[in-house]
Amino acid sequence: MSTTALQILLAAIVVVPLLGAVAALLPAPPGLKGRSPGQAVLRHGVTVTGAVLALSVALAAGFDHDHPARMQATTDVGWIPALGVRIHLGVDGVSLPLLVLTSLLTFLCALHSYWRTPDGPSPKAFVALLLLLEGGTLASFAVLDLVLFFLAFETVLIPMYFLISRWGGEGRERGAWRFILYTLLGSVVMLLGLLLVGIKGGTFDMVALATDNGSGLSHSTQVIAVLAIGLGLAVKAPVWPLHSWLPDAHTSAPTAGSVLLAGVLLKMGTYGLVRIVLPIAPDGARTFAPYLAALAAVGIVYGSLVCLALARRGAKGDLKRLVAYSSVGHMGFVLLGIATLTPTGVNGALFANVAHGLVTGLLFFLVGGIKDRYGTTDLDRLSGPTGAALYGRAPRLGGLLAFGAVASLGLPGLAGFWGEMLAMFASFRPADGLSRPAYLVFLVLAGLGTLLTAAYLLAVVRRVCMGGNGEQHPAGAVGPALTDVRPYEFAAWTPLVVLTVLAGLWPAALLGLTDPVVQQLLGGGN
Amino acid sequence: MVLLAEAPASVAALLPRAVQSVDWLAVAPPTLLALAALAVLVADLFLPVERKQLLGAVTLGGIVLSGLSLLPLHGGHRSTFCLTTGSHTCSYEADRFTLVIQLLVLGGALLTALLSHDAVRDERLPAGEYWFLLLSSAAGAALLPAARDLATLVVALEVASLPAFALVGLRRGDRRSAEAALKFFLSSVTATAVTLLGVSFVYAATGTLHLTDIAHSLGDTDPRLAVLARTGVVLTLVGFAFKTAAVPFHFWVPEAYVGAPLPVAGYLSVVGKAVGFTGIALVTVVAFPSYANVWGPALAVLAAVTMTAGNAAALRQRPDRRHGAVRLLAWSSVGQAGYLLVPLAAAGYAREPGRAVGSTVAYALMYAAVNLGAFAVAALVARTSPAQRLADYRGLFARRPAAALCLAFFLLCLAGLPPGVIGLFAKVTVFSAAVDAGLGWLAVVMAVNVVVSLYYYLQWTALLFRPADEGAAAAPEVPARLGAAIGLAAVAGVVLSGAPQLVLRFASGALL
Repeated sequence: MSTTALQILLAAIVVVPLLGAVAALLPAPPGLKGRSPGQAVLRHGVTVTGAVLALSVALAAGFDHDHPARMQATTDVGWIPALGVRIHLGVDGVSLPLLVLTSLLTFLCALHSYWRTPDGPSPKAFVALLLLLEGGTLASFAVLDLVLFFLAFETVLIPMYFLISRWGGEGRERGAWRFILYTLLGSVVMLLGLLLVGIKGGTFDMVALATDNGSGLSHSTQVIAVLAIGLGLAVKAPVWPLHSWLPDAHTSAPTAGSVLLAGVLLKMGTYGLVRIVLPIAPDGARTFAPYLAALAAVGIVYGSLVCLALARRGAKGDLKRLVAYSSVGHMGFVLLGIATLTPTGVNGALFANVAHGLVTGLLFFLVGGIKDRYGTTDLDRLSGPTGAALYGRAPRLGGLLAFGAVASLGLPGLAGFWGEMLAMFASFRPADGLSRPAYLVFLVLAGLGTLLTAAYLLAVVRRVCMGGNGEQHPAGAVGPALTDVRPYEFAAWTPLVVLTVLAGLWPAALLGLTDPVVQQLLGGGN
Repeated sequence: MVLLAEAPASVAALLPRAVQSVDWLAVAPPTLLALAALAVLVADLFLPVERKQLLGAVTLGGIVLSGLSLLPLHGGHRSTFCLTTGSHTCSYEADRFTLVIQLLVLGGALLTALLSHDAVRDERLPAGEYWFLLLSSAAGAALLPAARDLATLVVALEVASLPAFALVGLRRGDRRSAEAALKFFLSSVTATAVTLLGVSFVYAATGTLHLTDIAHSLGDTDPRLAVLARTGVVLTLVGFAFKTAAVPFHFWVPEAYVGAPLPVAGYLSVVGKAVGFTGIALVTVVAFPSYANVWGPALAVLAAVTMTAGNAAALRQRPDRRHGAVRLLAWSSVGQAGYLLVPLAAAGYAREPGRAVGSTVAYALMYAAVNLGAFAVAALVARTSPAQRLADYRGLFARRPAAALCLAFFLLCLAGLPPGVIGLFAKVTVFSAAVDAGLGWLAVVMAVNVVVSLYYYLQWTALLFRPADEGAAAAPEVPARLGAAIGLAAVAGVVLSGAPQLVLRFASGALL
């Protein structure tokens, strides 16, 4: 595909959702009114996200897979000369998978919402916010200018805030507030760091700064910049102990909100670390890497311990909260991989990033489906005295949940395995200059985390999918059969299942894309 | 200066070297405003009560005409009222800085006039006096950025402020209004007196009132006069700091805003502040560059304290309090004044002070548009809920979607969050001015303040989209001029968000 076509594709991927968001607020044109205004606008959402997905698949097809390290489909035009801000877009092997993941998950969310209208005020605003969120997320993966990255990073906050606070469940106001205040606190500090880099480095262009590889920045500048930028990204990622907004936000968010929050928004934090911190301020990154690794290891163990506590009988654990805390653990692996500063680790981190998006997205969809059927996600109320017996009452749903759980615990052959394996593998031999014994300790902690993860996920499967047989318990304890997976749910979930299996069986497809870029980002070469 | 300029031509012929020439084109913007003010005052005497509406139209016409007179000045650099001997310094300069601030003042006055139209009628304000005072104050504010000597500067400052006191107290029979005006008047006069004292000290130390001459002379003052000069510099700044509502000269703000008619509050928050920071910029950067080590840190501390105090107070506003919305806007404007001062403080440290001043100008332009927009929506809401509680904004989106979306946009601009892109970039320029000047601590203080302010701006924004209470007031029609004011501000905000370069180029071009 020609360069111009790719350029147009990438620009369209960023712009189309934004235009779609505006269009969603306008009255539907004649001929597209549909059965009701709500239905028309939800269909509009499906159309636009579908178009964006098609565009990003086309971009992925046109992408030169032989040279993933080269920035492709680049557009570079001046926007605000006063600040030296340019509209610089481009994709390489690191951002391409995230772009496709984002457009896929948003499309699935729109599809799901079309059939299962979210509870809350008019769907019009819902679709507009969803599209704005998609636009912001895609932009943050596509831009190559520090200030634009910040702009895109901030753009997602307002829509996500309203998605949680208007369409969320119990405790939504609180959850939405915590989400936005934590993220803003971090991102304002991040802005200072980005400005520092931009002013001292003489440009806001990420490619130019990455090529310099920190040579234009003094050690102390790098340390301050990494601290400031890292803080903003750490809140987003989230790094323990800055994670405490995440469970509340996830628990109260609507299904689409949870899926996008876990599947895409958290990735902006880790993507920022790989794209900005590692190549632009390598000295600063080296200074803070052991601390980041330590926090990541603590996060892994902490996340799984909390999940274990939630999965206990009588703990009144919320299934959504449990999946949210499991995200803290999984993102811990991603951060550990990045903190090793080795190509293996960063590749593993990027792989785990995508895998987590697929698997956790699926899990949140499933939990949303369970909530629709039972009206609750409280594990104790769900499972009753013996278990919810999903295998018996809705076998396909139960099977999918079990699939999601084992994918999440990192069963070899599924997506969750490779990323975490590579991250741990890399921390066995971290980059030169990093204390190996410390990383060995983190490795052990991470290993312990995988065991605990397996324990709580199996406990969840045991309590939700299995149940007493009819002989030992009076009839009716298990309850009547439930609606099994509906066609639209099947349509929304199948792509995630298929991709999870594919990524597990053929990891080279993804690693082949990321590896050349990672070598370059860490090495500072071209 | 003025007397000589207006001397008869025959005398001028006799004294060719003593008479300053006048470039009428250059002085047209403030002059036209003053003429319009006089026209309104005279017309008021002859117009019957039922036709007083015309005065508003005359005011609008005067402001627009004055705005048009900026066009021929675009691109050029004119100066007038120049000394005919010695240094040939001029008292009035129409350079780019002047034009931008005059544009800001005129834009602010235009929006205020659009807002005032219904307020004057509904609150039964005396129309002739109101429009006259508004125009006079605007004339002073338009003169101020062009002034290049301390006497003209102080006169312009007072021409801008004195009518404002009267405007605040114009609501007849309202005790709160009269009290606010008195408080505003007394504290402002005190500040002016202090400024005059400072000016006299500076004059004593340097022997001149022209800003550039002062800059030259201050460099090598008699060491015995050093203390005098230093004291003079600090005291001069006090009066201007008062106008920007910088802490500790901020206590008049909430009462004055609540007591004043709403459009006047909006006017004070934008044009009043513009007057203050323009004065500070002129005095510090043009007149006292050699004392940067005195005013730089002083302004930095002032900025930090101002934004912190303003935001902390804004945070404490409860939704049920009467006039809560205006109080919140008042305190948030104190916080914003702190951000405006940051680049001015940075100018004391930077190698290119003009650049830093440009950041303030860019920020002020953004702030003027969106803050007046917020006041315009507040005026709209106040028509149906006179209590002006924050709670009255609950469910505004359901009642008036367009107004609610506009207000949300304005608040997000003030907060500096997308989609208020221009607000974000205005903050970025201010941050980069601070970081550039090595004022890292101030940048961090500001960052914390920005987050604090996000809390109340967002809470207000969120309130707009909540489901409305039962029995919420119905939504009558939007008056045309009020709608036009909101629309103008919104269009300005949206256009600037798409093309921030329109204002941000001032941040890069060296002003002054």
